[in-house]
Amino acid sequence: MAAGLTLNHFLVLSLILFLLGSYCVLSRRNAIGILLGIELILNAANINYIAFSFYGSGGMKYDGQVFAIFVIMLAAAEAVIGLAIILAIYQNLRTIDVSATETLSG
Amino acid sequence: MALLVIFYGLALITVASALITAFSRNIVHSAFALFGALAGVAGIYALLAADFLFIIQIFIYIGGILVVTIFAVMLTQGIAEVNVSNRAVGVLPALITVALAGAVMLYAIVRTSWYRAKPGPVAPTTYGIGNAFLGPYVLPFEIASIVLLAALIGAIVISRQEVRD
Amino acid sequence: MDNPQPVEFVRWIVLLPLIGAAINFLFGATIQKSFGRRAVSIVGCGAVIASFVLGLRAFFQMLAAPPDHRFMLDDLWRWFDIGGLKLDVAFWLDPLSIVMVLIVIGVGGSIHIYSTGYMHEDPSYWRFFAWLNLFTFAMLTLVLGDNLWLMFVGWEGVGLCSFALIGFWYSEHNNTSAGNKAFIYNRVGDWAFVVALYSLFAALGAVGHPTLVIREVAHYTPMLVGRPGYAGMSVITFVTLMMFLGATGKSAQIPLFVWLPDAMAGPTPVSALIHAATMVTAGVYMVARLNFLFSLAPATMLVVAAVGAITALFAATIGVTQNDIKRVLAYSTISQLGYMFVGVGVGAYAAGIFHLMTHAFFKACLFLGAGSVIHAMGGEQDMRNMGGLRHKLPITFWTFMAATLAICGIPPFAGFMSKDEIIWDAFEHGHPWIWLVLWLGAGITAFYMFRQVYLTFFGEFRGTHEQEHHLHESPVSMSSVLTVLGVLSLAGGAVMLPKFIAHFAPLEDFLDPVFDSPQTLAMAAHGTQRGLEGYFAVLSLALVAAGWLFADLTYRSSKLSAERMSEFAAGLPYRLSFGKYYVDEAYDVAVVRPYMMATRAAAWFDLHIIDGLVNLAAVITVFGSWLSGLFDNYVVDGLVNLAANSTLAAGGRLRRLQTGSINGYLYGLLAAVMVILLLQAVLRT
Repeated sequence: MAAGLTLNHFLVLSLILFLLGSYCVLSRRNAIGILLGIELILNAANINYIAFSFYGSGGMKYDGQVFAIFVIMLAAAEAVIGLAIILAIYQNLRTIDVSATETLSG
Repeated sequence: MALLVIFYGLALITVASALITAFSRNIVHSAFALFGALAGVAGIYALLAADFLFIIQIFIYIGGILVVTIFAVMLTQGIAEVNVSNRAVGVLPALITVALAGAVMLYAIVRTSWYRAKPGPVAPTTYGIGNAFLGPYVLPFEIASIVLLAALIGAIVISRQEVRD
Repeated sequence: MDNPQPVEFVRWIVLLPLIGAAINFLFGATIQKSFGRRAVSIVGCGAVIASFVLGLRAFFQMLAAPPDHRFMLDDLWRWFDIGGLKLDVAFWLDPLSIVMVLIVIGVGGSIHIYSTGYMHEDPSYWRFFAWLNLFTFAMLTLVLGDNLWLMFVGWEGVGLCSFALIGFWYSEHNNTSAGNKAFIYNRVGDWAFVVALYSLFAALGAVGHPTLVIREVAHYTPMLVGRPGYAGMSVITFVTLMMFLGATGKSAQIPLFVWLPDAMAGPTPVSALIHAATMVTAGVYMVARLNFLFSLAPATMLVVAAVGAITALFAATIGVTQNDIKRVLAYSTISQLGYMFVGVGVGAYAAGIFHLMTHAFFKACLFLGAGSVIHAMGGEQDMRNMGGLRHKLPITFWTFMAATLAICGIPPFAGFMSKDEIIWDAFEHGHPWIWLVLWLGAGITAFYMFRQVYLTFFGEFRGTHEQEHHLHESPVSMSSVLTVLGVLSLAGGAVMLPKFIAHFAPLEDFLDPVFDSPQTLAMAAHGTQRGLEGYFAVLSLALVAAGWLFADLTYRSSKLSAERMSEFAAGLPYRLSFGKYYVDEAYDVAVVRPYMMATRAAAWFDLHIIDGLVNLAAVITVFGSWLSGLFDNYVVDGLVNLAANSTLAAGGRLRRLQTGSINGYLYGLLAAVMVILLLQAVLRT
């Protein structure tokens, strides 16, 4: 359809998002910050799914999109649980700094 | 040509927002910047002729998850302390790791010859996805429903115990 | 000899004494306690008397048959059937064996009766009769066995019973030692006998007739002539020499005679029966029985006659100085046995058997008379403490006198006939030196026998007062037997008169069928100087009279001094004679001591080396187990500890992964994903 708009463009985009999300996950001390990173990663994966679905089947098949919907569903569930846990930790420790949760360490 | 421009525009929005999310010290700034990233992604979906997913992304992701996240941010920060603790720790190791990983994956992307199919007619996808959910993917669909139920109950259980104290 | 009459009653002659022995061995103690000694004697003597009756029946049955049909065979069962050897337990009755049977059971039976009186006080009365019966059984087996192996069974059996009866009063160490000595010397002879049997069987087998049945051996003996044996001799010479060596053990000749004097430690009836009348004559019987074999070996015959003659003189010289009443008679027996061997050694088999018979009569009479004296003296056996007993013990005295006259060879007593026949035959068959030795021996015999009579029955009583009061004649059981034997000593010679007096020799004629093999007849047919026999008889009588005179002067009239005579030639002859020529001591040094040293060496070896090896094995085992323990402690436990410690160490290190830092965990996730991707990339290219 688009001259020059290839699959690689979308893959590189998703890679950038993934890397940013990974950076977020790896370097943040705020629990919610980590969750934000996770959301970015999931979105990057979704872009991959849709891109492959489009370029791999010429828009005839929807399996990639179905998978992306599943990912969104699970992301929702996971976000809810994670936030509930963060709230619980906040109730107990009065902070959402992950370094405060290192009590279970060897 | 036009698509390329649209693509680059959307990509710019997405990446910029993601950068703010990743590097901002303020958690509230990060959370709100995520909104931009998600919206950009939705646009990408539309570009890829995934119309149903475009809508879903906006409704569920932005309208649901992001809102809940902002709720959590609000509830855990305290209004007075907005600037608190979003310091990035161990920046250097993370950067190095990410750079390495990125290099590897970039190499993988560029060097692989991806299969390209003949592009077909652009059509609305809702019908097809619906059929897929109740057809070949009915089992994962049901299980995912259960997972959502479990998440719902779990969230209630976790938060309810705190309130009881 | 080839068609014996099959009979079935002869076995009872042998078996009745065995049954008597079995009853007395198994139940004798109970019978004696419940029914008294009389019951025991009825069993013991009854068995032998019944056997004698059967023997008489066999004798008359034999007499009724013509001379060359006087053979009976009682075959009981097949004993051996191995390879070429087929032996039966069977009893063979011919003139020779019936004569022996009658002597054994007749004299033996009367000694059984004598023992009821002599052993009356003894608490082991039943055991004595049990052994006596068993001995009778063994002796009859020896005499009646139809094959050499069965004869050997009897041969060993009499040795066993002799041992048991010599050591009858076993609580005294002396008696048991004497029994041991008898058995051991007998055993040396038995070994020689067995070697002879094996050689004979092997030789007969080599010519194709492996057998040990006596009548069959007689048949095939001529085939063995000239065949080589062992040690450079012909096989016949070897076999007969070995057999004679066995006979010297059983019949107490040089070199195996030393047990007989010590055997006097047994009760006197035992000495009378076994060591005078029966067991010691087994050797003579064996030579006579195998006359067909011996007659083919002139070398052995010469050895037999020479040994017999030398033993006769040798033993007589020892008997001269002995003081124990039984010892004198023991040496006398050895001497008279020498005479018998001379008889069979020069080929005069019938004469040898005749002397065996008369000797049984008078020697048994002498021993039983001595027993009567000992019984009257309350156990005293030293003649120096006796004297003048003829007044108190008349029956004993007269029977003893009769027997003494018989042994000295004074006519018309039995000994004259038999002894004279032998002495004459020695000369007639070409052995003048043997005649000389026997002639001298007769003179010495007369001297020591009359010495014994004078010391015991004449002169003043030299014992203690208690003994003098105790003196009494023996009970009827003993004196009746003495009388019978005394009469036999007088009249027994009538069965074979010397040729120069009359041609009346029913015994010799009776025995002829046994000694009819060509070689035996050849030996007997020597010289015919019958006339000279009378002169030789007079010569013998002259020397005997001289011997008697010597004894009379020294011991009765005391004209000559016994002490002065014992100092003659620096007392050397006296000491040699009294010390029995120190033969026992020589044996002790030459044989017994080295043997005991070897025993001690073996014991030392066993104790130190063998036990040492065993201990060494134990030490090695303990050491091995210590090593194993070491291994177990350090290596095995070490491994186990190593496993545990390494787990702990690894755990300690790995524990640090549990940082609790969420960022760290996510690092790990990312790293793992990267690694997988890399692997994929690597594997795909």
